[in-house]
Amino acid sequence: MPMDIHLKVNQKPVESQVEPRLLLVYYLREVLGLTGTHIGCETSLCGACTVLVDGKAVKSCTMLAVQADGTEVTTIEGIATNGAKGGLSPVQEGFWEKHGLQCGYCTPGMILAATALLRENPEPDEQEIRHAIEGNLCRCTGYQNIVEAVRYASKKIKSSKRSAA
Amino acid sequence: MASATRYIGKSMKRKEDPKLIQGMGHYIDDLNLPGMQAVVLVRSPHAHARIRSIDTAAARSAPGVLAVLTAEDIRDSIGMVPCAAQIPDMKNAARPVLAIDKVRMAGEAVAVVVASDRFLATDAANLVEVDYEPLPAVVDPEKAMSKDSPVIHEQYKDNVAYRWALEGGDLKKAFAKADKIVRQRMVNQRLIPVAMEPRGTMAEYLPGEKTLKVWSSTQIPHLLRTQIAAMIGAPEHSVQVITPEVGGGFGSKLNVYPEEALVAHLAMRLGKPMKWIETRRENFLVAIHGRDQIDDVEMAVKRDGTILGLKVRILADLGAYYQLLTPLIPTLTALMTSGCYKIPAIRVEITAVLTNKMATDAYRGAGRPEATYLVERMMDVVAKALGKDPVEFRRKNFPKPKEFPYTTPTGITYDSADYHRSLDLALKMSGYKKLRAEQAALRKKGRYIGIGVSTYVEICAMGPSSAMPAGGWESATVRIEPSGNVNILTGSSPHGQGQETSFAQIGADILGITPDVVNVVHGDTARVPYGIGTFGSRATAVGGTAVYKSLVKLREKLAAIAGHIMGEKPANLVFGDGRISSKSKKKSIPFGEAVGAAYAAKSLPPGIEPGLDATTFFEPTNFTFPFGTHICVVEVDVETGDVKLTKYVAVDDCGNVINPMLVEGQVHGGIVQAVGQALFEDAVYDDQGQLLSGELTDYAIPRAGDLPWMETARTVTPSPVNPLGVKGVGEAGTIGATPAIMNAVADALAPFGVTHLDMPAKRERVWSAIRAARRAK
Repeated sequence: MPMDIHLKVNQKPVESQVEPRLLLVYYLREVLGLTGTHIGCETSLCGACTVLVDGKAVKSCTMLAVQADGTEVTTIEGIATNGAKGGLSPVQEGFWEKHGLQCGYCTPGMILAATALLRENPEPDEQEIRHAIEGNLCRCTGYQNIVEAVRYASKKIKSSKRSAA
Repeated sequence: MASATRYIGKSMKRKEDPKLIQGMGHYIDDLNLPGMQAVVLVRSPHAHARIRSIDTAAARSAPGVLAVLTAEDIRDSIGMVPCAAQIPDMKNAARPVLAIDKVRMAGEAVAVVVASDRFLATDAANLVEVDYEPLPAVVDPEKAMSKDSPVIHEQYKDNVAYRWALEGGDLKKAFAKADKIVRQRMVNQRLIPVAMEPRGTMAEYLPGEKTLKVWSSTQIPHLLRTQIAAMIGAPEHSVQVITPEVGGGFGSKLNVYPEEALVAHLAMRLGKPMKWIETRRENFLVAIHGRDQIDDVEMAVKRDGTILGLKVRILADLGAYYQLLTPLIPTLTALMTSGCYKIPAIRVEITAVLTNKMATDAYRGAGRPEATYLVERMMDVVAKALGKDPVEFRRKNFPKPKEFPYTTPTGITYDSADYHRSLDLALKMSGYKKLRAEQAALRKKGRYIGIGVSTYVEICAMGPSSAMPAGGWESATVRIEPSGNVNILTGSSPHGQGQETSFAQIGADILGITPDVVNVVHGDTARVPYGIGTFGSRATAVGGTAVYKSLVKLREKLAAIAGHIMGEKPANLVFGDGRISSKSKKKSIPFGEAVGAAYAAKSLPPGIEPGLDATTFFEPTNFTFPFGTHICVVEVDVETGDVKLTKYVAVDDCGNVINPMLVEGQVHGGIVQAVGQALFEDAVYDDQGQLLSGELTDYAIPRAGDLPWMETARTVTPSPVNPLGVKGVGEAGTIGATPAIMNAVADALAPFGVTHLDMPAKRERVWSAIRAARRAK
């Protein structure tokens, strides 16, 4: 029996009727067409499907769409508008500058996980960064340039706050 | 005519990234077509069983189901899965697209369900009833050879796929002369590639146009097109293969899989677009595996540390069926058993066996990590037996730079190298002497660190066609469009390596323009001339050279045209800053003016055709042989067996470099996959042939927290094999790093009398080895 859900996705209100068994990741990808969120395992182990739900990093294959009723969801498609106007967010910029991606498949999930980290801890050290992305697997980069990318973003956020103040 | 180097050799940000970091790239599952049906496979839970019957009635009447098919329905329409490798007297172990009468591995597909969405297709797949008669499974490769083992392919008497030997030099004499013969058996365990994007295929048939379009997450679009056409009996010219973004390959997508042909066939047969997306569980079970060798190694040495000879017996577990290159992989191990040492005599004997498991094939490194591992572990084992320092033992047996090109007893010729230089740099960067002192001091305090060194050489830039099963050349077309924008069409279709950027850098330098006006097109057989693909660290050395040669052809043509316009000899012209100028800079025209003239065709010099389009099929004369030294430190907690990698230094020499940032990225990723093999990863089958480590919960790939900061550096020894002087770097890490880490683990455990430990060095194994060694004392 389909159920009604109302939520905000990338700051836009949406409402849908969904099957109760539909995972949030399939809702985002196949109902809303937001294919930037990837599926790597469907068992909440790889982190490719990480999105923000009410500001927290959540693996969207570990959650049903009906559980997202009433929440605010941010996906990779909506991350830039939370940062720089119309451009890239500092984390996205960091991944580009520091070669934090190769095949790019884990990248949206990594960017969302890193974004959640920097909101809680704006100046993480290396080990804190590594710890924060341990739920996100990458098979290409060896993670080192991802750590560099997050450091870049951290510095960028700090300097932009300073110049704003 | 010349051009300045402005972009080659520079770390340029990637052109591929803006779409990928914004979630705007399209991987296979991001594509959809109207009316598309979902394809789901019904897979065998048994590793070895006879199929008595398959009842599809309930599945066929389930909601949304369009069709349910078994081997009976398709066996006359789809051929067997192709294998390009041929070894004399090899048994035929071809795989049918759907199992015929018998299944030979867990996960083998027995039926296919087509339904309106993936959830309904999965529901219906669960309703297919298969009556199996289980047979005893053949799992252990050594038991597979015994007379009383069940036989997997019943038309044969046994499970030995082939035996093959390679010998060079006088081995008998070498062993007779030796002061010492050291033996070691080592297991190179089975691995699973685990690209983050599982496989997937989509197909659409247009009956009016008689064209079949296949989208697949593959490393080899053109080879796939040829093979799909042959398998399903479609004319090749009417088949188009498109590879969208590919989310990692590591060799697992360098193949032709049953699902790819099946999805293409279903689109034609049922008249609707089809899509199959692999689940992670399927990816573990039925995408190719790697490694899986037992190596018995014997080295003959003189007391002074001179190596006289090497004998290796390889037992290779090929799995139940051949995939594209399965039987070939152990032979690559044989070729590289000389390592970076002068070994006068080598004999390698391969016994390859069939077991009830997934096929092994070309996982990142493909036979060469196995070679480097057995050679580099052996160097440490022998150094210890001789009471010599492992570094000096290595150095003593290096060929000197002036001895290159150097031909090994295995019959290959190393192009260029300076092994001493990379070793010296790595020793300096790691502070090797200080590390040894620190190790001695820590041991006194009851802390056990180990220092591991690996000096490796690898065979790359695959390769001359004479040595390749399906062509070793690569194609490139360069088109300068009337606007002056450039399209580079390459057969080396990438999946994360960054050719869209590195090839644009080459284009910009040769034509004296900027990389932003150079676009790289790949992964579409209708747009790109026939090519081979990206694997075997070949994209830059072979594909990049093809690009370079096509660019040079067009530069020559533009020089002729520009010279005609300016009244200057073409040889006196230089390309740079978007202009074509005389060497004196007195005469100069914009690049675009010469391009425009080529298309306007009003004042072309005699004999010059209009247009600017050049194609090269580059055939390399040899492989390339990158090399390097990796040094690392581990600390072993002897109470728990926990191994922590605490330091990593890598010096790699991949010849000239187009984009250092991309090279470093390849090195990092390769090292970490090697960390996976050394410390965590193991494809474990039980004695029933069930894959126990068949999910990310049980098969541990490295996480960010498992790793130290990697310090990397390069030496540069250009390759004489291609005009760019490049060698290739994609597999260096998985080749060089695994033995470095295991040498460090063995070094840490040396005080306990442990001389060798098989991979992965997981806690239980390390703890047990320490315990056993203590007991034996």
